[in-house]
Parts: sequence; C-alpha cells; structure tokens
Amino acid sequence: MKDLIKDQKNPVVFSKSLTGFFETIAGLTFFSIRFFKEVFLPPYEFGEIKKHMDHLGVKTMPIVTVTGFIIGLVLAMQSQPVLMRFGAESYLPTMVSLSVIRELGPVLTALIFAGRVSSGIGAELGSMRVTEQIDAMEVGAINPYKYLVVTRIIACILILPILTLYVNFLAIIGSYLAIVLSTGMNFQLYTDSVFRSLEFSDIIPGISKTFVFGFIVGAVGSYKGYNASNGTVGVGQASTSAVVMSSLLILLVDMVLVKITVWIWV
Amino acid sequence: MVEIKNLSKAFGDNVVLDNISLNITEGDNAVVFGRSGSGKSVLLKCISRLLEPDSGEIYVEGKNVLELKLKELNEMRKNIGFLFQSAALYDSMTVRENLEFPLIRNFNFSPKEIEHKVKDVLQKVGLEKSIEMMPAELSGGMKKRIGLARTIITEPKLILYDEPTTGLDPITVKEISNLIVALQENINATSIVVTHDIICAQIVSDHAIVLKDAQIIFEGNLNEVASQDDEFLKNFFTMENLTAKNGSLNG
Repeated sequence: MKDLIKDQKNPVVFSKSLTGFFETIAGLTFFSIRFFKEVFLPPYEFGEIKKHMDHLGVKTMPIVTVTGFIIGLVLAMQSQPVLMRFGAESYLPTMVSLSVIRELGPVLTALIFAGRVSSGIGAELGSMRVTEQIDAMEVGAINPYKYLVVTRIIACILILPILTLYVNFLAIIGSYLAIVLSTGMNFQLYTDSVFRSLEFSDIIPGISKTFVFGFIVGAVGSYKGYNASNGTVGVGQASTSAVVMSSLLILLVDMVLVKITVWIWV
Repeated sequence: MVEIKNLSKAFGDNVVLDNISLNITEGDNAVVFGRSGSGKSVLLKCISRLLEPDSGEIYVEGKNVLELKLKELNEMRKNIGFLFQSAALYDSMTVRENLEFPLIRNFNFSPKEIEHKVKDVLQKVGLEKSIEMMPAELSGGMKKRIGLARTIITEPKLILYDEPTTGLDPITVKEISNLIVALQENINATSIVVTHDIICAQIVSDHAIVLKDAQIIFEGNLNEVASQDDEFLKNFFTMENLTAKNGSLNG
C-alpha cells in the first residue's frame, strides 16, 4: 500500500502496482480455495501436521509467553488510575480479563504468530521453490501443495487457538501481579472477580476468531513462499511480504469478525 | 519412447523453443547441447510437464503428456526420473529420508525392501557412509550422487538429467558420467542429458542434439559434429573441447 501511495505520481508505475496488488489478492483467493478442495482428500498427512504443530508451537512459545504476561501487567497498571478516578477500582480484574479474552489476547497472539511463523513458512517454502525442491516433488508424482501447504495451514489453524488460551492465562496472571502489588488484593478475590464476569459468550468468539487468524497466517505464508521467484532475493521478499500481508489481513478480518461475533453472541 | 512434435515455448517476448520436433527411441542416451538460455532445461521441464508449452505435442511411451489429467500424469511421472542441476535434495531430510521418500509415497514396498533399496542404491553411487547425513553436510559432488541415487531408486524408464556435471571438477565429471552409463545399463532406461560438458557427453552420448536460437540445428552422432560446416557448431565444440582439455589438465 505504501508503494501504491508513493507511486501515484507516476501513472504507469502506479497502475503496475495496482495490478500487482489485485493479482496478489486473486492469487491468494485461488490458493485458499485450493486448500479447501484438497484438505478433505487423501492422503492425510497426520505425521507432517503433528511435526509442524510441534515446530510452530515451540518456535512461538517464548515470545508469546513474554507478551502474554506483559499485556496483562501493563493493561492493569494503565487502567488502574483511570478506574480509580471513577471509583470503579474493584472492576479492574473484570476489565482486564474481558479485554484480554475478547480482543487483545487473540489479536496480539495472532500478530506475533504472523511475525514469527508466516515469515518462517514464506522463507522455508520460498527457498524450496528457488532450489527446485518443490519441482522435484512434483516431478516425483508427489503433490507438493498437499504435502507442504495443506499440512502447514492445518498446523497453524490448530496451534494458534492453543497459544491464545495460553496467552490469555498468562495475561490474567500478569494483571494479578500488577493488582496485588498496588492494592494487595488476595488471589481468591481476584479469581472470583475474573471468573464471575466471564461467560462463554466472551470466550468462544475470541477463540473462534483465532482459527481464522491461523488460516490467514498459514495461507499467506505458504502462498508467498510457494510462488517465490528470483532466487534468494525472492525468498527474502516472500518472507517479508508474508508478515506484512498476514498482519494486515488479521486486522481487517478482525474488524469483520468482531461485528459478526457481537451479532451472534451478544 | 519420447516423441516431440512442433513444440514451442516462450516467456513473454522471449521465444525459447520454436517449433521443435524430436524423436528419442527406447534405450537411447540423448545429449542436448546449447548455449546458456537456449532452452535445454525448458525442454526437459516441458517433457515432465513442470512447464506447459505454448503449442505442440509431447508423447512419452505413446501417451500425449499434455493431454493427461493430473492422476494419469502422476502415474506417468512414477516412471520418470529427473536429476536437477542443483540436485534439489530435500534439505529438511537426511540422505536416507530423501531416498525413502519417493518409495514410501508412490510404491507399496515393505520397510525391509525399502531399507534394501536404499542401501543398494547408495552402494552404487559409493556413498554408503553418508546415509544419516543432512544435505547441507554434503559436498557438491556428493549432492549430485545422492540426487542421482534418488532419481534411479524407483527404477524409472525415462531419466532426464539437467546439467548433471555442472560445477564439478573433471575427475568427478568422469565419475558421475560413468555412473550414469553404468546405472542406465543396469536399469535399462532411456535418458535425455542436458549438458555443456563435452567429457560427460563423450562418455554418455549415443545421440547428440544441438539447440540454437530456439531451434534444433544438429541432430545425430556426436562424432559427426566435427564434420559439420556450421560456424556455430565448429566454434561451440572447439570451445567446449578446449575447456574440457584444460579442465582435464587442471584435474
């Protein structure tokens, strides 16, 4: 998008960028449709899916651990003075837990996951493409889309909700630490206050969204890597653009999903 | 075995193959020469349908490759081996896994049979000790050998070699070329070898094809090339011979 705005002064370059943008959107759409066509057909690569889940989960775990804890801590620290002003300090655990579980946990985990995993998938598949490993699979009568792409997308879809639950949990622990340090609230009272305010209609929409975000991260990373060209430069571009595009799509799709989930659950 | 009729392929304005026709009989070892960018690799990729030609027909064992549906194409591909220029070993897998991969995916061999085939093919390429190594730990020549082992492990009827000796020293070139001949005699395959390397060609070739400006300008026995009047052929083979001789001296 930045390039589009910058290139507006030159109509030829601008029209090329615009064409490229729409080509990417169309390419990604067909790439995603192919996923839904192939996911239900055998062979089912359970071993590969498990391997990718292990790999992606382990790769993202340290950074989401830190992020989850800090989100809760900082949110509680920032909100406390505001709530104090309105005499609503006792609502602090409720406010933090609702914010984290409904929105911040899923979206921030997805964005971190996109940064870590989408780029990794883009680079991995990109280098396989430019070193002809994907061609070797294809000419060896093995469906590379099924083996490389479908398995990675499924792994992303399954692992992101688990990571989100983990981040939500850590954020609640982090906010407890902030609250106990400033007000001395005991743990029993804090957990009572958190769980009394939470309903399924708060948890389900937040977690449901992460399946879609997981799909976006896997599909965009795979699309960029699978279609990489121009050698190592192309691999770098695939990796970078995968992060940018998946992060942007997560935020855009979140906007739509918030509306839908509010309409269904509230 | 392989029949090509009026094959054309262009990338934008760049015509790479222009109305090419070719016939390679069963058991033949055809060597395709040409300058860089003359469409040699594109020809191989069209035969295996990694690239879709713009027009023409390609018959492998009497079947038009371009009309096959994916399932039929994959059945046909099980009988085609392709050695890529870079060997294209799967770098997340060990040598053993690289070799087992096509057998596990496409055939119903027992674990014992797979183990036997892997060891047998590694013995043929002289790299039994590399079985648990990762591709990153192998030298260029070793990668080519393992790539060759992976290509022939399924005993394909047609083998396509894309510059199998590029970037290797003359001794390794001779070893790989002799290996190609020995392995083909073993499994009785038809092969198409794309190369610049005159040493490799002299060892492997029954049938030479020279591409220039998207056309075939010579087809016949390699020894006949020297008697041709064409300036390009004379220059090309003189230069290649010089390079080969210098390479051999250095080697």
